[in-house]
Amino acid sequence: MSYSPEVRERLETDAKEIIGRYPKPRSALLPLLHLVQSEDGYVSDDGQEFCAEMLGLSKAEVVGVATFYTMYKRRPSGEYNVGVCINSLCAIMGGDQIWAELTEHAGVGHDETTSDGKITLERLECNAACDFAPVMMVNWEFFDNQTPESAKQLVDDLREGRPVVPTRGPGRLCTFKEASRVLAGFPDGQAGDGPSAAGPSLEGLKIAKANGWEAPRPGAQERGSEK
Amino acid sequence: MTQLTPVLTSNWDLPDSFTLDGYGEYSAARKALGTDPDAIIQMVKDSGLRGRGGAGFPTGMKWGFIPQNDGKPHYLVVNADESEPGTCKDIPLMMANPHSLIEGVIITSYAIRANHAFIYIRGEVLHVVRRVQAAVREAYEKGYLGTDIFGSGYDLELVVHSGAGAYICGEETALLDSLEGYRGQPRLKPPFPAVAGLYACPTVINNVESVASVPSIVANGADWFAGMGTEKSKGFGIFSLSGHVTRPGQYEAPLGITLRELLDMAGGIREGHELKFWTPGGSSTPIFTAEHLDVPLDFESVGAKGSMLGTRALQIFDETTCVVRAVLRWTEFYAHESCGKCTPCREGTYWLKQVLKRLEKGQGTEDDLVTITDIADNILGRSFCALGDGATSPIHSSVKHFRDEYLKHFEIGGCPFDPAASTVWGSK
Repeated sequence: MSYSPEVRERLETDAKEIIGRYPKPRSALLPLLHLVQSEDGYVSDDGQEFCAEMLGLSKAEVVGVATFYTMYKRRPSGEYNVGVCINSLCAIMGGDQIWAELTEHAGVGHDETTSDGKITLERLECNAACDFAPVMMVNWEFFDNQTPESAKQLVDDLREGRPVVPTRGPGRLCTFKEASRVLAGFPDGQAGDGPSAAGPSLEGLKIAKANGWEAPRPGAQERGSEK
Repeated sequence: MTQLTPVLTSNWDLPDSFTLDGYGEYSAARKALGTDPDAIIQMVKDSGLRGRGGAGFPTGMKWGFIPQNDGKPHYLVVNADESEPGTCKDIPLMMANPHSLIEGVIITSYAIRANHAFIYIRGEVLHVVRRVQAAVREAYEKGYLGTDIFGSGYDLELVVHSGAGAYICGEETALLDSLEGYRGQPRLKPPFPAVAGLYACPTVINNVESVASVPSIVANGADWFAGMGTEKSKGFGIFSLSGHVTRPGQYEAPLGITLRELLDMAGGIREGHELKFWTPGGSSTPIFTAEHLDVPLDFESVGAKGSMLGTRALQIFDETTCVVRAVLRWTEFYAHESCGKCTPCREGTYWLKQVLKRLEKGQGTEDDLVTITDIADNILGRSFCALGDGATSPIHSSVKHFRDEYLKHFEIGGCPFDPAASTVWGSK
């Protein structure tokens, strides 16, 4: 099997734009693999072949790279990639319990997809939102401060097609394929959605403002914090 | 008492802080582009800015290593692959204030005579990628990027590049391999990236927060920046409090602030509990305990107490937490993320994980403590890059501070802690 001429033409146009961003073509490989995922939902055989052709690489070279990175799916996966952070801090704050209850509830485990093709569950390592622990990610959007109940509700909503909104992100949750296209470098126009910052991100600033604390004004410096 | 000093975080509460309207006119970049590049490098050297990505290498000195008039292209690569467990500052910074980073990129690139720069962002943060993409586009539309920026004759192309899930790509040479389209595995140094980096050309790799701090230094002066912080750890930094603390979050403060001061601001340890252990700068920095509450959080003081300032990722754990469980999870992380290039890290983290699993279940023996310490000794200093070294920090420090807790696991044949008690909802 290979891409239809129309798909092929569209992918080639995108691929050429990606390659044009870089001084050397091979640098385009990671975004090209994201592009392939935006078409197929995973890094397909055709997709690897396509990347190899576009960059003049052997397919083995492409496969070698694709298998190194955890975001590249090696088989068809769900419309929604639902991750639960199980690194120490989130695990201890409740991520372990969320994972246990969610896998039980959804009936699938790590890197497994529900039979309706909607949900793939994933155990995540730290996603850099520790002050919002326990953290979940759906298609790499933030779902902060989760509980076992909210996690199960989230998965139910996704499976039933009810609208789901990330805590810090766009007003509309996109599919895994759509997310992959943004990662390939093709914006979806949703950057302006959502807050600048929220919750814990603003704690320090709030305290500084409440106390009238500011960085020193230029030209008026004492050794600020030094006793 | 030390006061907070919001600079990079100062506009985060504006609804449009991530747009040019909410940020400003790039006045520092305008000023910089009318200045001799070497004067900018000198200014950053004078400011005392040290890398905010963990290692703390002096930023201006790094820039100064770039050979000039060598006829090769120079590159700036921003390391936005924030993945160290506990570290969560660059992600909100890029989400709320991406223009501070882009303005810093312009100034830094100009100083090192680069005409091409890259922001390598971890792929797992879609909305942050969107925000940075949009900010870059906005800067291009305004003529702040591209050709003849501000009429100075200086040209700069900036590419936003998404990673694909690999902690190791935060290691600067692995990041370069990844950006060149390879598996992200670290390179042998020397040659250092300043001489042979991206495409074997002179390259500066700086952390997001380091680069984003540069516009404030250019705008306010090296003395202004150096007036904050301590003698050898100058300026401000974002301190990220997470875990069992009343108000976790981002606190921007002069280096040298203490955890006691930060906890005071953050409402202390969650109600009814007390501090047990914490990381000063992510999971790769040896853990501290309550006896370290007054250690000034600067590079020297934290180092003198046997840990590292790292990324100021303060993960706080109270007395409900099993340290063995925490260390097991970090170890599983390192084993998962080991790139496989060198034997000590690849094999060592794998075996550490096996032994720790047994220990956590209470099925180990005291000999296992000797074994994990021995494995860690054989990883530390013998690995190809700092990932392996980092994996040993939780092992060595937890055995040092909490040996009895390990022993307790085999005495009772299981974990003496109730995991439900340490959850967010467990204490209610």
